Amino acid sequence: MTNGVIHWFRFASPQSFYPLAGRMLPWFAVLAALLAAAGLWIAFFVAPTDAQQGESYRIIFIHVPASWMSMFLYVVMAGWAGFGLAFNTRLSSMMAHAIAPTGALFAFLSLWTGALWGRPTWGAYWVWDARLTSELVLFFLYLGYMALHAAIDDPRRGDRASAVLALVGVINVPIIYFSVQWWNTLHQGASVSITRAPSMAATMFAGMLVMALAFWMYSIAATLGRARAIMLEREAHMQWTQDLKEAAR
Amino acid sequence: MTAPSSAAAFRGIVRRDLRLAARRRSEPLFTLGFFVVVASLFPLGLGPEPELLRRIAPGVLWVAALLASMLALGRMFGADYEDGTLEQLVLAPSPLVLSVGAKIVAHWLVSGLPLVLVSPLLALQYGLPGDVIAHLMLSLLIGTPVLSLIGAIAAALTIGVRGAGVLVSLLTLPLCVPALVFGAGAVDATLAGLSAAPNLALLGACLALSLLFAPLATATAIRISLE
Repeated sequence: MTNGVIHWFRFASPQSFYPLAGRMLPWFAVLAALLAAAGLWIAFFVAPTDAQQGESYRIIFIHVPASWMSMFLYVVMAGWAGFGLAFNTRLSSMMAHAIAPTGALFAFLSLWTGALWGRPTWGAYWVWDARLTSELVLFFLYLGYMALHAAIDDPRRGDRASAVLALVGVINVPIIYFSVQWWNTLHQGASVSITRAPSMAATMFAGMLVMALAFWMYSIAATLGRARAIMLEREAHMQWTQDLKEAAR
Repeated sequence: MTAPSSAAAFRGIVRRDLRLAARRRSEPLFTLGFFVVVASLFPLGLGPEPELLRRIAPGVLWVAALLASMLALGRMFGADYEDGTLEQLVLAPSPLVLSVGAKIVAHWLVSGLPLVLVSPLLALQYGLPGDVIAHLMLSLLIGTPVLSLIGAIAAALTIGVRGAGVLVSLLTLPLCVPALVFGAGAVDATLAGLSAAPNLALLGACLALSLLFAPLATATAIRISLE
């Protein structure tokens, strides 16, 4: 069992993953806080003022990493859901279920900060730009995933049904993105362009990367925390959760 | 007794579903009525100027068709689930993907094709010229099967679920965005004097892709729902 080899599949069972997740969670949370502090410091004090947009562009340090995370998390969620469907592992489906609210949060954050950024630069909170629209559709896909899971009483059936939906969605996301992009360019000459200034200062890029890393760490921490809650809730009747209760007493 | 061939099973399911629809004629007509009523409400809300109506017609008619086909989705598996037919289909020797395909075909014949056939009438109400009407029908002819195919996945996922009707729309509508964009885009392009071919080709690509994946996903979803 020991002699230096780590048995990774051991952690595929909630019973052994629960304490591991509990040990990892604080580290990721602390890393998220430190990186966010560093990223915000770069964002507000180091990065230069933009020549065209002034100070208002600084929301980019939240907006762009949030958009990246919202798209990336959907793929990760679909991946876990697919694993759960293919190998029938309880933990994979729980992870997929645990990621969904964080992904939806980032999609919402991206739309919200986009609106706040759009107002001073474009003069409107919302324009039917291709990227905005596809982000909105992505947000709807997250909502649909969570709604389907919530509507089905049996959690195992809910896991499997929403996994099919997540996989269908992940095939569809690129199609939606391109359809919306062509739709926009076909309809009108772009009155606003979301493409940023071609030469981005190195410090701006560094700030965005640090913030993206902070969001990564936050996502991992939040997912682990939520997965722990899901594990306890679903396996409340199992011996190991009862033992935990005894130990806590 | 030998099992009937898959093709015979396919034909049999299509024929059975069509016969059931013919016996309960009112339900398919509801879908059609909904389509006509929704499309007729827009001029009342927006005013009768012909120029405005002509401009919004492609989008309005496509959205109305989209909503009407959402309404019909509850019927696709609902009754079969309640009387146990769906379980028999899962147990039957012919592959479930084919049976599901047959059900989707029948569903489209009952609720999609009538929308295509009645669309010229509504297009005339909106004052669209002849070649635009032809392209509207063509885009609906390619597009409504996509809606049925994608909708079948959501309908299968929500079998026997509380509040399935609204949930189906929430799940399906975001996935139907490409069909709506290309379908309405084709008609719009014709109206603007451009070629509708690119949009129709893309819509055809959506149809090919959903023909490939949707029956598989629907069959998986039915198996999950009946566990």
